[in-house]
Amino acid sequence: MHEFSLVSDLLETVMKSAEENGIKSVSKVKLTVGECHGALPEALSFAFMALSGDTVCSGAELDIDIKSGLLLCTACGHSFSYEILQTMCPECGSVYLDIISGRELRVDYYEGE
Amino acid sequence: MKVILARDLLGVNTVKGENNREILEKKGLLTLNIISSPGAGKTTLLEVTMKSLKNKYNFGVIEGDLYTSRDALRLEEHSHAIVQINTCGMCHLNADMVARALKDMPLDSLDVIIIENVGNLVCPAAFYLGETFKVAVLSVPEGSDKPAKYPELFKEARAVIINKSDLLPYTDFDLPGCVKELRQINPRAEILVVSARTGEGMDQWIGWLEVNVQQIKQLSTKECLQ
Ligand SMILES: Nc1nc2c(ncn2[C@@H]2O[C@H](COP(=O)(O)OP(=O)(O)OP(=O)(O)O)[C@@H](O)[C@H]2O)c(=O)[nH]1
Ligand SMILES: [Mg+2]
Ligand SMILES: [Zn+2]
Repeated sequence: MHEFSLVSDLLETVMKSAEENGIKSVSKVKLTVGECHGALPEALSFAFMALSGDTVCSGAELDIDIKSGLLLCTACGHSFSYEILQTMCPECGSVYLDIISGRELRVDYYEGE
Repeated sequence: MKVILARDLLGVNTVKGENNREILEKKGLLTLNIISSPGAGKTTLLEVTMKSLKNKYNFGVIEGDLYTSRDALRLEEHSHAIVQINTCGMCHLNADMVARALKDMPLDSLDVIIIENVGNLVCPAAFYLGETFKVAVLSVPEGSDKPAKYPELFKEARAVIINKSDLLPYTDFDLPGCVKELRQINPRAEILVVSARTGEGMDQWIGWLEVNVQQIKQLSTKECLQ
């Protein structure tokens, strides 16, 4: 998945805001990730550590909140929770599934001074 | 101090994509973002396409690969300008990389821009680059169930190319079934069955491309006159 580019957009967003708010050092960044993105928390943390080196986010804690995913089968109406690599409705076998929730990919807030 | 942002991260890329789109639209350039799994035949298809339209259009190519510039070398002789982007492990191109590539291109002397995305059926679909259309390429050996299993890309593509049709007799690829599923996923996509190897079906694809190049050109000249 695309953890590196997401984290680089995350850092860019936080750095810009920190500059606007006169914040010199960031201690914590809170991120919400929907399960359906398949982004792995460990990979996000690793990318954050690797990319934040020379920035105001260096050494900051990355707090990741994973939102569970819910899928709806558009063929039979059955709804069920997301599991990685599941591509079929467990009830009727249809592959036409809509994502109801679990699409979030958001930086909620950061803390610093 | 706590600073609340509530900022959508994919949105950061989308905004940059919109910037690219604005630049490209002003120049009247049809821009195609070509997406497929590795080895579906994007580069081969582009070679044949650009060769046959070489005297008609100037092609600008943005070539995305994890590593190497092999694909760019293959396309160089048929294109007017080409920029290779090595993502160094990243599974897709993003709008920022394309923005940088566009800066290196002589946009005024081009007619079409082709972006060959990193071979990957999943991730590139989530990142808008500023293209006019996404074009999905599916090849026969991959199997006819791919559109239903990876619907995100096929939902968004304006054209779906089913490549390597010369291999149909040797596989269990269900062409009518695949086309039917594609229609369900995306009723307005143009579906083109081609073989970049034998040339079968290439006329229709090239025709589709030409119509769209002209339409985008006309749109931009109309806007200039207004
Ligand atoms: N039989 C057959 N082979 C094809 C066809 N088109 C491409 N190929 C072969 O498929 C292989 C991969 O083709 P490429 O054009 O490199 O595929 P690609 O999608 O650009 O690959 P990546 O950029 O690595 O993702 C090559 O060996 C091509 O010769 C076709 O229509 N029929
Ligand atoms: Mg290629
Ligand atoms: Zn169902």
